[in-house]
Amino acid sequence: MAYALRSYEYWLMSYRRVWRGSIVSSVLNPVLYLSALGIGLGKLVNRGGSGLGVPYLDFVAPGMLAAVCMQVAVFESSWPVRAAIRWTRQYHAMLATPLRVRDLVAGHQLWVVTRVAAVAAVYLAVLWGFGAIRSPLALVALPVAVLLGLAFTAPVSAYSAHVESDNGLTVLFRFGVTPMFLFSGTFFPLSRLPQGIREVAYATPLWHGVDLMRHLTLGTATFWPSVGHAAYLAAWGAAGLFLAHRAYTRRLVT
Amino acid sequence: MSAGAPLIHARGLVKTFGELRAVDAIDFDVQPGEAFGFLGPNGAGKSSTMRMIGCVSPPSGGTLRVLGLDPLRDGPAIRGRLGVVPQQDTLDNELTVRENLIVYGRYFGLSRSEVRARAQRLLEFVQLDERANSKVEPLSGGMKRRLTIARSLVNEPDLMLLDEPTTGLDPQARHAVWDRLFRLKQRGVTLVLTTHYMDEAEQLCDRLVIMDRGTIAEEGSPAELIRRLSTREVVELRFPGEVPAVEAHAFNGQVARIDVLPDRLLLYTDDGDALVPVAHERLRPQSVLVRRSTLEDVFLRLTGRTLID
Repeated sequence: MAYALRSYEYWLMSYRRVWRGSIVSSVLNPVLYLSALGIGLGKLVNRGGSGLGVPYLDFVAPGMLAAVCMQVAVFESSWPVRAAIRWTRQYHAMLATPLRVRDLVAGHQLWVVTRVAAVAAVYLAVLWGFGAIRSPLALVALPVAVLLGLAFTAPVSAYSAHVESDNGLTVLFRFGVTPMFLFSGTFFPLSRLPQGIREVAYATPLWHGVDLMRHLTLGTATFWPSVGHAAYLAAWGAAGLFLAHRAYTRRLVT
Repeated sequence: MSAGAPLIHARGLVKTFGELRAVDAIDFDVQPGEAFGFLGPNGAGKSSTMRMIGCVSPPSGGTLRVLGLDPLRDGPAIRGRLGVVPQQDTLDNELTVRENLIVYGRYFGLSRSEVRARAQRLLEFVQLDERANSKVEPLSGGMKRRLTIARSLVNEPDLMLLDEPTTGLDPQARHAVWDRLFRLKQRGVTLVLTTHYMDEAEQLCDRLVIMDRGTIAEEGSPAELIRRLSTREVVELRFPGEVPAVEAHAFNGQVARIDVLPDRLLLYTDDGDALVPVAHERLRPQSVLVRRSTLEDVFLRLTGRTLID
């Protein structure tokens, strides 16, 4: 672990040059999104009798929280991984020192979940400010954010190290991230999706994160379904770590 | 490690990539305090060998010991005592010069205060202390190389690996890099370098091997190799038009070998001055130059004049 922290420090140091802008957007984004969707769009939804049982703001807020965790995780493990392999070649620099491939993987993942946790904490505070949090269980959403972050950053790191060209990343965003963002129960319940597509949505790690976080902020979470969601996310994380280690090794140790 | 044991010991070392045998059963030893060079054209297997020594490329066969340890098993321990200057820079352009040193030193587990102190000393050593707080991006190629050398010294290595340390640099920058490497050599740091510059090898290396197509063609000190594989001097004859056809034995044993180039004849001889009047009379060249044999003559003789891409 100590070795992984040394590579973690690199990511921390390179973040220092962008942290100001990054903090502004992590506060501004939830404010803008919740105003537009929760309050603006929410007025229309609530008037029509949504059948959600709660105001639309309360429904969509945890969905947004989960979705932003996914976005941060994917972003931080796509281009930065390729950069560390090809442009800054920082992974190569690390491997000329006592660090091992597993330290590179662990240090980077640790950094990504740190970022996710920080963004999630700000988001939760904004949610609370908007009155969209109905239960102290919402605090549990923070560790869930870390788990959700890992479920994305680990497999995406593996993928980013594996693909031959940058095109692969564009494909990931176009056919993976964007559809998941829209159709994983973030903005509307999955029961509104046609059969066939619904099953696919249930399999996405994002839906498990959305559903778990929603039950936590609404205070309707029960034990075993929550454990099930968490275990599913952990499984994605574990498989992702294994694949990332293999992809990094193939790319860097030849 | 016992005194006199080699820092690097390789026997029958092999590296294959699929069908390609990039390194084909080579033997060599590098002794403490020595400056050892791998010389060869592109694709000769120099960089593959360096990567194996650097423990980032597992050998496909043979024996390799670095600092008495096995790279496959003890990679992190070995790398902790190496200073690596890779062929392609691995600096982070967005960080400052000093930050690049600090973050790298931290990879070796040095404390923050220790790494700060060392960074300052090293920046002075490579004459970059005035640029310490500048980003790396705008630095010249030579400055980046010097920074990479400073960085590779941050763990006070027992052995430095330099893969083509001056490729792509202008003459001033090359001499600045050589100057730093000389100083390290004087301090007793063991240097292992690859190069395809003959002057670099003659300047820096106590001993070198010439590699060609994955094997070691020759081994020795630069002077020894020249003595053994070339003549003492070379007479270069230039011609305005067609180069006349002539054989070495036409000079009664005065010429060991002749190279025919598009505009020149190179006569390899032990006594250039004695050969000049004979050559003048026989061949009527436009101009004549007598020079000493260099490592380049040896190199070209061994690896041929054909381009290898």
